[in-house]
Amino acid sequence: MTLLRLAGIKKCFGATAALDGVDLEVRRGEVYALIGENGAGKSTLMNLIAGALQPDAGRMYFGGKEYRPAGPQDARRLGIAHIHQELSLCAHLSVAENILLGAEPARHGWLDRAALHRQAAKILEAFHHPAIAPERRVADLPIAGRQVVEISRALAQNASLILMDEPTSSLPRGDVERLFACIRSLRDSGISVVYISHLLEEVREIAGRFTVLRDGVSVMSGPVAEVKDAEMITAMVGRPVETLYPARPSAGKSECVLEVRNLSAPPAVRDASFELFCGEVLGIAGLVGAGRTEMIRTLFGLIPASRGVLALGSDALPIATRRRKPQEFIARGVGYLSEDRKGEGLALGLSVADNVTLTNFASCSRWGWLNRPVQAEQTTAWMDKLRIRAHNAASPVASLSGGNQQKVAIARLLHQKAEILLLDEPTRGVDVGSKAQIYEAIAEMAATGKAVLLVSSYLPELFGVCDRLAVMVRGRLSPARPIAAWTPESVMHAAIGSEANLDADVLA
Amino acid sequence: MCSHKFMPEAVTKSPATQTKRPAIYKWLRVFGPFLGLALLIAVFAAISGDPARYLSASNLRIVVTQTVIVALGAIGMTVIIASGGIDLSVGSVVALSGAVAAISLRAGWTPLAALFAGILAGGLIGLINGLTITRLGVVPFIATLGMLGVARGTAKWVANEQTVNIPATWLNELATISPEHPWMLVAPGVWIAIVLAGIVAAVLRNTVFGRRVFALGSNEAAARACGIQTDRVKLWIYSLGGLFFGLAGVVQMSRLRQGDPTVAIGVELDVIAAVVIGGASLSGGEGSILGSMVGALIMAFLRNGCQLMGWPNYIQEIIIGVIIVLAVAADRLRTARQNR
Repeated sequence: MTLLRLAGIKKCFGATAALDGVDLEVRRGEVYALIGENGAGKSTLMNLIAGALQPDAGRMYFGGKEYRPAGPQDARRLGIAHIHQELSLCAHLSVAENILLGAEPARHGWLDRAALHRQAAKILEAFHHPAIAPERRVADLPIAGRQVVEISRALAQNASLILMDEPTSSLPRGDVERLFACIRSLRDSGISVVYISHLLEEVREIAGRFTVLRDGVSVMSGPVAEVKDAEMITAMVGRPVETLYPARPSAGKSECVLEVRNLSAPPAVRDASFELFCGEVLGIAGLVGAGRTEMIRTLFGLIPASRGVLALGSDALPIATRRRKPQEFIARGVGYLSEDRKGEGLALGLSVADNVTLTNFASCSRWGWLNRPVQAEQTTAWMDKLRIRAHNAASPVASLSGGNQQKVAIARLLHQKAEILLLDEPTRGVDVGSKAQIYEAIAEMAATGKAVLLVSSYLPELFGVCDRLAVMVRGRLSPARPIAAWTPESVMHAAIGSEANLDADVLA
Repeated sequence: MCSHKFMPEAVTKSPATQTKRPAIYKWLRVFGPFLGLALLIAVFAAISGDPARYLSASNLRIVVTQTVIVALGAIGMTVIIASGGIDLSVGSVVALSGAVAAISLRAGWTPLAALFAGILAGGLIGLINGLTITRLGVVPFIATLGMLGVARGTAKWVANEQTVNIPATWLNELATISPEHPWMLVAPGVWIAIVLAGIVAAVLRNTVFGRRVFALGSNEAAARACGIQTDRVKLWIYSLGGLFFGLAGVVQMSRLRQGDPTVAIGVELDVIAAVVIGGASLSGGEGSILGSMVGALIMAFLRNGCQLMGWPNYIQEIIIGVIIVLAVAADRLRTARQNR
């Protein structure tokens, strides 16, 4: 029996169509997986179902009736609970207060604490998690515990449909098992769960049916058991993977432009050493939290190093004795692309032109006065070269799609004439078309003699564009080997480390 | 050559990062204000060279009586700050409600009626603040900054830009240093503040409203997603705050024995300082009435100590300014540690 049905849902943000015709049907008592790459529109869709956003077009039906929520309250009243990727708890309040927030047991306005704790304990017990005490402050709980509180809140609301947005992204493996056990028991008691993930293993383990979203369109649906991984991936990526990556000539012998010796920034980075040659792309693989981001931030002076030597070209820089600032590295031709595009990478409110020229205002100013026409001209040249889709150079960056924003960030590095590019997850949250263009840009950087350090969590992309690859494990960097010497399995093996790790089966 | 395997987006942080904060922070949070107060009294007792006089019953009576206005304001402000808000209009509201109460008395109203007129004037201003914040979507800082001017102007307007003399009634005895009845020990206003502090502390702890105040300050989006009508809660919060500022205004009038529309300029800063020194977080979600009362006492002991030392006014101002900054710096440090 159908609980939720979506037909032709569309939603635009500015010029970007986040959802462009989504059809979905969730039955009572099933776990339904929604998969797709970052930026495919999964979270937007969840927000629509949860009433936080309203669709521009299309219809939703819930429990057989047309469903048109004006806000989250409407969704809640009907029994739709949304568990966000970033949890929405009141950290200052107790577990019990959070679970029953908005529905506290009270007598004439006075809180009935005994009943509050009793009811919360009952829900926690049903979840097989009696270890979390109702009176504990949520701020004192580990992330996994907070997730339990959040799910318990959904149960307290008598939800018949629970939307879970990548619920395992911050959970250790043991808790993932516990979460799955919980989801199964929810399912068996007739509650439907929409489960967002891009980990196919998880989807296979927990979900019955699935839909693949790509660029805001539902492109494939069906029972999980009837589809192969490769088919799902082709549906997610939208084209055979081979054409995504540019053909690259193998780099010949060239000069070393960056040599790093024993770089340490405890606890994240321990004794990292590597060499970077001009004209090559060196990939850094590893699990999130392995210290890759911290390593390149240390290389750019954003995190103080405790020990280590950098040699940039012929200059040796002992970076531990004195704190080096980013401007020093920029002056020496180093460019850094942050993984946090919105928070750190771009000034979203400023124009494309300001963002592109930000690190090299000297190119378009004299005596401190900006020459706007020159600035616009330079920016337009980059926009053409990287195929940045924006109205013009004066458009605010915030009005661009994620992929185009990322290309603006890359244009800045090129405009500052960086010879050494530190790229942290350059394709995160970027649509497939922009991805291909970013790979092309990286290939061209290398072809023109620049050196690229590429941190990525996406293996196919590392294999697609790198000349050499090193793997980071808990702060330690493996020796870099030519890409042909690696296989995806050996990278995984290295990333997990020699110790038997409970997380191993997530990766298998 | 590529297999389509996906790396996990995030893998667990090491368990070490999830350990509990050391107990000392919790301990400091609760007892820090008391520690500060004890330290302050000890320092002044020592440097005054005459601890007996500084700690004499008559001087302590002066201090607690002087605390009443800031303390009453701090009760209302604690609720507002715990909800993640702020009210900058306190000083003007104190002047306005004092003027309203004085005019009511002069017009021949009973003292009780004048008292309520003053309190309700404050509550009305609070309600308007709440409406500006919820209906017009103006952030509390700006909405109440605007009210700071509006209420001050209104006070001068209703009082005709003059002080309003009032007949002698029991309303004039709210903040006398030596109460009419010796068995009261301290002024009636002090007892009123103590009783109200107890009531509001209980409301914050033990009522649904109180917990929702903290929920709002802790995570407004979560509170809204849980079906709490955040706008309505905010209206109550600012109105309640206004009632307390109104009462503080009546006490102010009682102390001056006249309504003065130019009085209490900058009192909001003392009130906010008291609340923050008392352990409340300006980012919301935290705050206690007891802490705020101690914070108010710290401000009063500081003033009194400076006066006793014969230090000029400007020294007091500098010291209080520094204390406010230090208190907020301590707040920042605490939250930074917490988020680590």
